Parts: sequence; C-alpha cells; structure tokens
Amino acid sequence: MGSLTLTAVTKSFGATHVIKGVDLEVADGEFCVFVGPSGCGKSTLLRIIAGLEDATSGDVVIDGRRVNDVPPAKREIAMVFQSYALYPHLSVRDNMGLGLKQSGADAATVKERVAAASAMLSLDPLLERRPAELSGGQRQRVAIGRSIVRTPKLFLFDEPLSNLDAALRVATRIEIARLHRELGATMIYVTHDQVEAMTLADRIVVLNAGRVEQVGAPMTLYNDPANMFVAGFIGSPKMNFLAAGPLGQPGKTLGIRPEHVAIDRGQGAIAATVSHVEHLGGETNVYARCEEHGLVAVRLFGEHRFEVDERVFLTPDPARGFHFAEDGSRLRV
Amino acid sequence: MSSARTSRSRSLAAHGILMLYTVIALFPVFVIIVNSFKSRRAIFAEPLALPTPATADLVGYRTVLSQGDFLLYFQNSLIVTVASLAAVLLFGAMAAFALSEYRFRGNTLMGLYLALGIMIPIRLGTVAILQLMVASGLVNTLLALILVYTAQGLPLAIFILSEFMRTVSPDLKNAGRIDGLSEYRIFFRLVLPLVRPAMATVAVFTMIPIWNDLWFPLILAPAEATKTVTLGAQVFIGQFVTNWNAVLAALSLAILPVLVLYLVFSRQLIRGITSGAVK
Repeated sequence: MGSLTLTAVTKSFGATHVIKGVDLEVADGEFCVFVGPSGCGKSTLLRIIAGLEDATSGDVVIDGRRVNDVPPAKREIAMVFQSYALYPHLSVRDNMGLGLKQSGADAATVKERVAAASAMLSLDPLLERRPAELSGGQRQRVAIGRSIVRTPKLFLFDEPLSNLDAALRVATRIEIARLHRELGATMIYVTHDQVEAMTLADRIVVLNAGRVEQVGAPMTLYNDPANMFVAGFIGSPKMNFLAAGPLGQPGKTLGIRPEHVAIDRGQGAIAATVSHVEHLGGETNVYARCEEHGLVAVRLFGEHRFEVDERVFLTPDPARGFHFAEDGSRLRV
Repeated sequence: MSSARTSRSRSLAAHGILMLYTVIALFPVFVIIVNSFKSRRAIFAEPLALPTPATADLVGYRTVLSQGDFLLYFQNSLIVTVASLAAVLLFGAMAAFALSEYRFRGNTLMGLYLALGIMIPIRLGTVAILQLMVASGLVNTLLALILVYTAQGLPLAIFILSEFMRTVSPDLKNAGRIDGLSEYRIFFRLVLPLVRPAMATVAVFTMIPIWNDLWFPLILAPAEATKTVTLGAQVFIGQFVTNWNAVLAALSLAILPVLVLYLVFSRQLIRGITSGAVK
C-alpha cells in the first residue's frame, strides 16, 4: 500500500521559515497524526506531502517513489479538507466519482467503487443530492467517501472534524478509526486537538514552530515526553509546571500531571487557595493558586466538594513527576 | 421585518426619498419615450403631455426605419457590445484568477499596474490609438472598437473579480487539483460558477458605457457600414435643423437592447452588489 518518508523537508515563504527541517518515516498502514498549536506548520507539511506546496528543500518519498516533482493528482493520495471542499455543482455521486473518472477509469469501475464507498459510509440515500442540501456531518462523510473511492496509497486529513459540533465530532472520529481498521490504509491526520490525536493515532508527531518536537505512540508521549513543550501539549487539563527548587527537586521545573497531585484540607507540601472548581460528573478539576507555583490544576475522579477561596494543601507524587532543565529539555534523573 | 425594528414614519421617509430619486432618474427616459410617439408640433407645444389621438404620430419611427440603415447600426452595436463584453469577462476573469491564485514575482505590482487603468481615462490616448489603428489598417472596422472597449473594460473587471476570487475557498481548488482537474477546469468549472454574481456586476458596468459610447465610433469607425446606433442617431442632429422625432425614436429604440441585457444580468447583479456587504 503506502509508506511515506520525509527527508530534511524545509519550507520558506520569503524570509519566513515555516518548516525548519523535518525527517519522518511513516510505515505502511500506520495512522499518523500531526499535532501542534496553530501556526506550527502542520498543515503546510501536509500540503507539501499532497503536492499542493513545493518543499523549499528536502525529499518527499511515497511508497519508494520520490514525488517532489509529481503533481498532486499523480501521487495516488486523497485528501479530506476542513471545509469539506465538495464541488457545489455536482451531486454526491459525481463528487465521489470525479477523481476516479479523471484518472481514466471506465464508467463501470467508477460506479462500482462509488457504490462500495457509499455503502461503507451509509451514504446511499444521499447520492443524488447536491452538497448544499446536506448537513455539515453529511458533507464531511461525503468528503471522506470521495477520498475512499480512489483507493489511494495515502489518506491525508486536514483538520476534518474542526467544523463539526462536539457530538458529531466524536461520532465521525469513531467512523474514521473504523475506516482505518477496515481499509488498513496509511493515514496522515492533522489536528490541533490533542484528544483527536490521542484517540486516533498509532503514532503522534508533535510539531512546534516548524520543528518536530517528538514522535511516538500516544502513551509514550504521555508517559515519557521528551521536553516541556510535549509534556504541556499532551494531556488535559495541561500538565502543571512547578518550581523545582522549593520542592527540593532537581532541575528548574517539575512537571506533574493534574491527576498526580493529591489535595487535602489538613496537610500537604504546598499551601494553596482554591480559585476555581469544575464539576464534570465523572471527574472534578480543582484549580488552586499558590504563591510559589501560580495556578495548579488538580484532577480528582468522582464528585468532590470544594469551595472557592478554601484553604487546601497540595502534594505532588514525586515518582510521577518529570524534571526539566532551564531550556525546557527533559532531565532524566 | 419585525415591527420592533420598524417605525412607520421612518420607513415612509425612506420610501419617499427613494421614490423621489426614481422619478428624477426616470424622468429623462420618460420624456424621450413619450415624445418619440408625438408629432413635431406637439413635442414643442407641450413636451410633457402624453400622446393623444390628435398628437400621436409615428413619423419618427418611420423616418428611423426608412432613412439610414438602422438595422445595420443595431447589429453593429450589438456585435461590438457583446464581443467586447465576452472578451472583458473572459480575459478579466482569467487575469483575476492568476492574480488571486498564484504566487509569483511582481504579483502585487502587476495588480496595481492593471488597476491603474481604472484611474486613467482611455480617451486620453485617443490620438495614439487612432495612429495605431491607421497603421494596422483597422480603421472603420468593428474589430477596432472591440479591441479598444476590451482594453477599456479590463481594469475594473480584473479589480472586482480578483477581490471576489480571493473569497473562493482554497480547499475547493486544492480538492480539484488532487482529483486531477486541470487549472482550466478548476477555473471554468469550480471558480467561475462561484463568482457568477460578480461577473454579472462587471458585465453591467462594462456593457452600458460601451453601448452608449459615441467617441470611439466617431473617431475609429465612422463609415456607413460600421456605424453604431449612437453614431447613427447623430445623422438626425444637424447644425441648423434637428429632426427631433427621429432622434427621439432612435434613442427609444436604442434603450431596448440594453434593457434586455440588463434584465438578464440584474438578478445576479443585486446579489453581486450586496454579497460583499452582508457576508
């Protein structure tokens, strides 16, 4: 099917360097998610893979073939866009079949493949409609269907769920995961939402300011972040960064996840004042302010009653802490 | 509209002002059409009166249809207007697409250069244009007019259309590229239908000055075979005697084709003018 290799890929727009040298291997059949804050270059990188942008330097190799000079349509890829990008003047059926028809397939093949994709995504009742007559969720399913029809080597998703509402986002996420299992195809998925990244990915590529910060399985990134950026980006609520000195810990910063901080009314390592409480039912997030460390998030499972302005004591579990040096790199002690 | 946001006096005032403007704008047209159906004596006796059985006279239309070759003039006007319009829309849209879609050195400069034409009237170059046409043997041909009008219409067309094309989703164009559509297919099948309202706006703004122009037909193509309607109507205006019946009838007839073209574009036009404002 399809593997992808990026070698020292860079991209500059004039004096602005958007991608500053990315090396990456994506194995055949892998679900790889690019995640990072907005402006980190993840979409640009995807567009370079798709051939919609030229890399300033470096090589893009799809399935053993260097495709730097190959136009998008000949790279055997399919792409799903955030804004769906369906052709407004074509019916759902023609939207899905257009790419295949353009590549010279005969009408019978197109019909058969469209039928198969439509069955897979239960689009049959919508086939004769125009995109304008569909809801957002249906449009995105059609866009996904359009990508399946071409049986590409590589599926590219550019923030496909960002325009959907929360419930639909979860449903479509599950659908994409199912699709990946059924098709066994290589998928590259760009998102800024770390929940999507964690739930879908075999491997996550964390990007920041045009560089790869870390590549790894979701749990590797969670349990063994390479630096402060990855530690802070993966996990919600975000990891607490405490001043290491006052706690008698090595390094400059002690990173500790909210679920690894104990909270107690009677005693503990850090005295703090509750400043905000979020009750989510299954879990309770308490934000407590203390002088040395600022706002510290504590994640408790189940329902807990804490009042704003209440005095509490926080105790980080030192065994679950991460130590970071001044420059944000991880200290392994 | 909800009654909470409307006040009777204010909407009356607004409608009053609009009605007044409509009357002022339509008055000359009304006078021309009404008088074209009257006898010469009646025109001068009571210019504002409607034609009555006593004053009604179709002599103007008879003169127009018998004297001179008005059918040919109409045909010339239509050929020039439609051909220029088609050229302006096609080349204007293509240039606008290139300016809005592709990054290349000098893109902004090129856009500014093309927009400069909006500010500099093409008539300043009349002498040079005439010399050019004489040198290339195009004097007294409709092609000369079509070329000049195309040049005249392009700057505004490019300016308006490139603004609109920037609003077309880049994802859509990219989806087309991934599906293997050529840049021409993307332009004609995906982008053009989406900027149709803007095209209609440009069409109307381009068409009317061309149809009404007297300057270039007079200078570049005054021959009998290439006369346009506006130029043809001038034969009835003399230094000492003017055949008002014929002039008014010719003008009334000249309104018709533009009116038809306008109606064709108007539904799109309203969307084009307002779409920038409300979205």
